[in-house]
Amino acid sequence: MEIPYVVEEREDTGLINSKLGIWIFLASEVMLFGGLFSAYIFLRMAALPGDFERWASELSVPMATVNTVVLISSSVSMVMAWASLKMKDFSKYKMYLGITIFCSFVFLTIKYFEYSGKFAHDIYPSSNTFMAIYFTLTGLHVLHIIGGVVVMLYFYLPISHKMWNQQPEQFTNRIEVFGLYWHFVDLVWIFLFPVLYLL
Amino acid sequence: MYSNSNNHDHHEENFIQKYIFSVDHKVIGIQYGITSLLFLLFGFSLMAIMRWQLAYPGTEIPIVGFIFGEGGVLASEQYNSLGAMHGTIMIFLGIVPLAVGAFGNYLVPLQIGAIDMAFPKLNAASYWTYFVGGVIMISSFFMPEGAARSGWTSYPPLSVFENGQTIWLISMIFLITSSLLGSMNIIVTIVQLRVPGLTWMRLPLFTWAQFVTSFLLVLAFPPLEAAAVLQLMDRVAGTSFFLPSGLVMSGEIVDVAGGGSPLLWQHLFWFLAHPEVYVLILPALGIVGEILANNTRKPIWGFKSIVYSMVFLGFCSFIVWAHHMFLTGMGQAMSAFFQTTTMIISIPSVVILTSYFLSLWGGSIRFNTPMLFALAFLPMFGIGGLTGLPLGLAASDIYLHDTYYVIGHFHYVVAPGTIFALFAGIYYWFPKITGKRMSETLGKLHFWPSLIFMNGIFMPMFIQGLAGVSRRLADGGVSYAHASGVLQWNEFMSISAFCLGLSQIPFIVNIFMSLFTGVKSDRNPWKSTTIEWAAPSPPLAHVNFDSEITVHRTAYEYSVPGAKEDFIPQTES
Repeated sequence: MEIPYVVEEREDTGLINSKLGIWIFLASEVMLFGGLFSAYIFLRMAALPGDFERWASELSVPMATVNTVVLISSSVSMVMAWASLKMKDFSKYKMYLGITIFCSFVFLTIKYFEYSGKFAHDIYPSSNTFMAIYFTLTGLHVLHIIGGVVVMLYFYLPISHKMWNQQPEQFTNRIEVFGLYWHFVDLVWIFLFPVLYLL
Repeated sequence: MYSNSNNHDHHEENFIQKYIFSVDHKVIGIQYGITSLLFLLFGFSLMAIMRWQLAYPGTEIPIVGFIFGEGGVLASEQYNSLGAMHGTIMIFLGIVPLAVGAFGNYLVPLQIGAIDMAFPKLNAASYWTYFVGGVIMISSFFMPEGAARSGWTSYPPLSVFENGQTIWLISMIFLITSSLLGSMNIIVTIVQLRVPGLTWMRLPLFTWAQFVTSFLLVLAFPPLEAAAVLQLMDRVAGTSFFLPSGLVMSGEIVDVAGGGSPLLWQHLFWFLAHPEVYVLILPALGIVGEILANNTRKPIWGFKSIVYSMVFLGFCSFIVWAHHMFLTGMGQAMSAFFQTTTMIISIPSVVILTSYFLSLWGGSIRFNTPMLFALAFLPMFGIGGLTGLPLGLAASDIYLHDTYYVIGHFHYVVAPGTIFALFAGIYYWFPKITGKRMSETLGKLHFWPSLIFMNGIFMPMFIQGLAGVSRRLADGGVSYAHASGVLQWNEFMSISAFCLGLSQIPFIVNIFMSLFTGVKSDRNPWKSTTIEWAAPSPPLAHVNFDSEITVHRTAYEYSVPGAKEDFIPQTES
């Protein structure tokens, strides 16, 4: 016997299992980052006036802007990858997923230069609470990106072609569910960017 | 993901596939059950050592004394370690995995007529993450720094500087991840895999309780994960999230950047830890509901009110956390708000408990072992709940805060409350899980002493607490003049605790004896209505049921006038 509603939707809920699962997972992620954003607000309220602004001005807005563009592009190509599968075009899917992976590597590289630039100026998480929350929030976000890259590489390997041939619908669902995660990671950055760099 | 594994159904599975890395929810449930029961026993032993120290401070501990160094006397730091680990192990490694991991995993798919959980591999991953987290937690005893000793609440600044905390934090991150995966799975399973005809209001109370509990776990645990990450940063990367400027330690200003706030930890921690209280109690309420309906032979009174109360309880549990912090000076307005919400949240608990009491009215009660435990749960949980009210009001909490009164209060909820319900559940579902009946005589030999000694431990705590004895004192209060009038209770409580340990022997004997020599059980030994009893005992591997399941009625149709028997199963048309 097979577990039902893996591929076809359940009639009364209109959902497949994995889609409900990922939404609940994302809800927990909202609470995770929500907790950290609350910590940010809490620390900022307790800080001396002007302190957070002064330290925030140490960050590089141009680099973060580029990264925002890169990450949004990766989200767009993620949708295109899924849409290509819906249109049964596997080679296009490969191309778009490749672009998404490329974008995430660009993001990580830029982030690497940002971090090492800070370290070169002797700015560490231990320097002050702004830098502490900056490194924690962006670090956790980077971990999410790396996790996503690992999954994408798996779906990029030759094994993906086999999965596609055997169960095309289930494979498409997997990409859709992963896409939801990827958009969420993107969304977290959309919040991080103004909160840490601009405010 | 799982469909591949199901193709192997016809292959012979070897021992490791079948019992170790199984993806069958029943095997995983049993794995959770065995592991968490062992952790409960271990957590209890830690407490027994502490209780020796409290009753006879500074004397040699019998039997295990040699572990604690020269003379076999417990040092104060060791007492702190035992206390922190007792709390952590009992909550995160014992009760939650037993209530949600074991009972939830085993019973939820059966009660909704499903063949397995929605994500079997994720389920196995959840168990193994829990297992690794547990191993890390236990291994901290053998690390050079020793186990964590800042209490299970890990309040900074102490926890940032005290030994052993790093391992505790790493282990917690594993445990949080595990319960996250597990509870996600339970929610999806309940929403998606109910059999035809099983509408929401036909779900049994146990499944409802698991559903609400899982939401609490999914939404409340991540903030603790965030807090654990921040504390880990404070310890490892030298940040000052929880360290204020100008912090003085041993007469010197600590060399950190400062600017943080110890209160931030308390907010993040209690934002988890208050819903956690309901994670501990809701599955217990669910189990008791099942057993009460079955053994009073009548429908549960106010089924819908109970369900709505559970949902409301879950919702409300997110907005009461700061009643743990009245003493921190967070201000009148905050205290007033959280005191109000705390009074509001007591209403649904009272609705549920009252409905259960009313369910007993006019029933033809069968006093078997599960029913005895379930009946004992009601007043014990009642005492635990009602003694919580003075703690929820800011004025009286200022006096009672951090005294033994608090310890008495929450242990009444969790120990003779939740643990009794879990015992009841084990006695009740044992025939389903193993196909064998448990011995009633040994069961009663387990129940009566347990009930007496539980009260022997926790009732005097109220007396001590009202006299102002603080919690977490390594000498039990000997050095405080105001405690001298109530210190004689320490020995009484400790002896009760040791006797409570001995009263668990019939239970352990019962499990093994019944397993090997117990009377064979048919598929519905208690003449129950819910769906799990329509499966063979034990349920078939991977598919659970041997017939097509369709649901035609509500969960507790007992003693329906005009019916052939005094119960009509949900599956009967």
